[in-house]
Amino acid sequence: MSFMPNIVGFACQWCTYAGADLAGNLRAKYPPSIKLIKVPCSGRVEPEYVLEALANGADGVLIGGCHFGDCHYKTGNYKAANRMKILKKLIEDAGFDSRRFRLEWISGAEGYRFAEVVEEFTKELQELGPNPLKGGNGNGK
Amino acid sequence: MAKVGVYVCHCGSNIAGVVDVAAVRDYAETLPDVVIARKDLFMCSDSGQEMVKQDVRDGVVDRVVVAACTPRTHEPIFRAAIEKAGLNKYLFEMANIRDQDSWVHGHDHEGATEKAKLIVASAVAKARNLEPLEDKFTPVTDAALVVGGGIGGISAALELANMGHKTYLLEKKPSIGGVMAQLDKTFPTNDCSACILTPMMVEAYNHPNIETMTYSEVDDVEGYIGNFTVKVRRKQTYVDWNKCTGCGDCASKCPSKTPDEFNAGLSDRRAAFIMFPQAVPKKAVIDIDHCINCGGREIGTEPKVNQKTGNPILAPCERACPADAINRSIAHDPKGSITEIEVGSIVVATGYQVMEKDWFKEMAPASPNVITALQLERIISATGPSEGKLLRPSDNEKPHTITFVSCMGSRDENFHTYCSRFCCMYMIKQARLLKEKYPQLTINMHFIDVRAFGKGYEEYYTGARTMGINFFKGKVGGLEMLPDDKLRVLAYDMESATNIEYESDLVVLATAVELPKDSVGLAQKLGLQFCGNNFFRELHPKLGPVETAVQGLFVAGCCQGPKDIPDTVAQAKGAAAAAAVPLAQGKVKIEPIISEVNPDICSGCGICVPLCPYNAISMKPTADGPRAEIEMSACKGCGVCTSACPSGAIVLHGYEESQIFAQIQALTA
Repeated sequence: MSFMPNIVGFACQWCTYAGADLAGNLRAKYPPSIKLIKVPCSGRVEPEYVLEALANGADGVLIGGCHFGDCHYKTGNYKAANRMKILKKLIEDAGFDSRRFRLEWISGAEGYRFAEVVEEFTKELQELGPNPLKGGNGNGK
Repeated sequence: MAKVGVYVCHCGSNIAGVVDVAAVRDYAETLPDVVIARKDLFMCSDSGQEMVKQDVRDGVVDRVVVAACTPRTHEPIFRAAIEKAGLNKYLFEMANIRDQDSWVHGHDHEGATEKAKLIVASAVAKARNLEPLEDKFTPVTDAALVVGGGIGGISAALELANMGHKTYLLEKKPSIGGVMAQLDKTFPTNDCSACILTPMMVEAYNHPNIETMTYSEVDDVEGYIGNFTVKVRRKQTYVDWNKCTGCGDCASKCPSKTPDEFNAGLSDRRAAFIMFPQAVPKKAVIDIDHCINCGGREIGTEPKVNQKTGNPILAPCERACPADAINRSIAHDPKGSITEIEVGSIVVATGYQVMEKDWFKEMAPASPNVITALQLERIISATGPSEGKLLRPSDNEKPHTITFVSCMGSRDENFHTYCSRFCCMYMIKQARLLKEKYPQLTINMHFIDVRAFGKGYEEYYTGARTMGINFFKGKVGGLEMLPDDKLRVLAYDMESATNIEYESDLVVLATAVELPKDSVGLAQKLGLQFCGNNFFRELHPKLGPVETAVQGLFVAGCCQGPKDIPDTVAQAKGAAAAAAVPLAQGKVKIEPIISEVNPDICSGCGICVPLCPYNAISMKPTADGPRAEIEMSACKGCGVCTSACPSGAIVLHGYEESQIFAQIQALTA
């Protein structure tokens, strides 16, 4: 049986967090792999948070923000995008497969998209297997 | 040491039907610093809230975690509850185990329960690290801005003005009135649209508390609830409106023609024009995009001088104006003139546009006798191009057969999946009006089904069925152009389960309602968000129908979603009431979820300064060199500076580094 990956999600409260709530309203089904940490803006997410999550054994990390042009704070998502470009390299340097990290733009209207992204990310992580630092199953138990 | 109380909600069966609530409660009790964990059928109910309050009052807990639905709707409720019980309301955290757990993992009860435990652990980890915060208050500018001068905007402006608030009514066209001014009559009472609208237009324009700004658009918006600064850009008219009497002599002398938007392109207007006979304000405009600079009189230049008489050679429009109101010497400035206004709240009511027929290739859009319903509205209107006579556009002959096709672009996966809501009713209205006026006219109406949802609408529809109007249930597959400008209608009739084909002189398409194109740019300036149907998104589909995610910004009318006149007016009055709240209070609360610099840690590098989207950060000189400082009222709490600060000197209250790290650790434990 494939393991259930543990995904830490950072979701901007205006778009992706609202999109995840909408997925609930729509009763869109997706695997219980992701747990969201609400942040005001994807621009609030520091690269260290992603590294910390991976170092602690998270199988995947997702940052969700608003589409370009839709940022509640005008440009926070552009800043997130720039930071995370560099982060991808750092993740590889730290010995992780950079596919364990995703940056996605999911609006508050895209409930089904949120579900699709989690579904797909979960599948990819199942193929990649558990975080090598953990060894055991995805929940680290 | 923090004393955290965890309260797990069943939400009836919404959560408990999937998540093992008792197991989550048991687990919560094992988490560090959790002193008590309880559960209840509905935490948001009076008794549920009372349970929390009692624990606070008894001093049992000093941090509260409620595991229930989403903080986006319920955080304010619980914050208010603990505040009443005497606890700082920011010592509260919500664990979203409904919207983001039980509702989406109904197929995996065990997985959902395990996830709920982690979500609760994350919330508890954050709660242990929460700090008390204080709300700040700022004074409010007692004025409102209403964007859009249709029936929605006018209704909202009148409400606000009657409540005693100074109101700016902004309209991009030369006259207020909106689409309703283009309509002939209105369902289900067949009131003359102009007869009920025009008095309101005049009332708004003359209201002592309303300043109407037409031919104007929002250029830029700065600020926040209670204190918005709006730059309004007024396009150049080349007509001094203080002098213009609205006589229309300039229009009659102007030689340049362009399709008349007010008549939905069915006739031409001049470059110098008054929008329509009942325009408010009734003032002329020279539309520079279509002005041909006739008579050698270039816009923005001094007139040439007649060598013999020494008199300036003026353009026909200038010469025609008896009030000497037109001045073509004014330099052309595409930017127009900018006026800055200060307002406390904003209502957006920018209305809608209908899809053009060209989208529907199967509907013979090339035929002049295929028209949109808005065009038919102009044809049957007494102020329209044929003065109310039903004439088909190709040859101005009276049609014998007219066909109505519903849901063009609505309820259609190729275009818009939503229902445009009022097309069924206006089509029935148009058919009834035509049948009353031309009893011999054959009227065939094709519907997917008739949606007569409003007060008096069903009766209006069933009345139409007794008038000799033919109703067909089923779609029209296409139209074929015939040599004599007629159209062959190819349709399916579900009731007889047969294909039908017949010839029609005129075909009316009820094309879908959409957000106007230029409203998209407005949304970006205001920070409005879109819903899946590309209309403006309200704060909550049921309980926040006029509010938006931006405090102090409200929506009304079709820009929020298709709706008819009664619904638009109702929503506009609701939006006006909501927009008046901060104005009446005189002060607004600023949530303390904003960033702050610790000057002892700040190294003065200045990296944060250009990152702030609100220019809220500046470098202040101190004895130890420059230090960053954040202007509290300008900060909106995005945290971009916090994330970028290399010294870790900037704290975003409510989303502090220690809190987020604690959450990460809880989720990966």
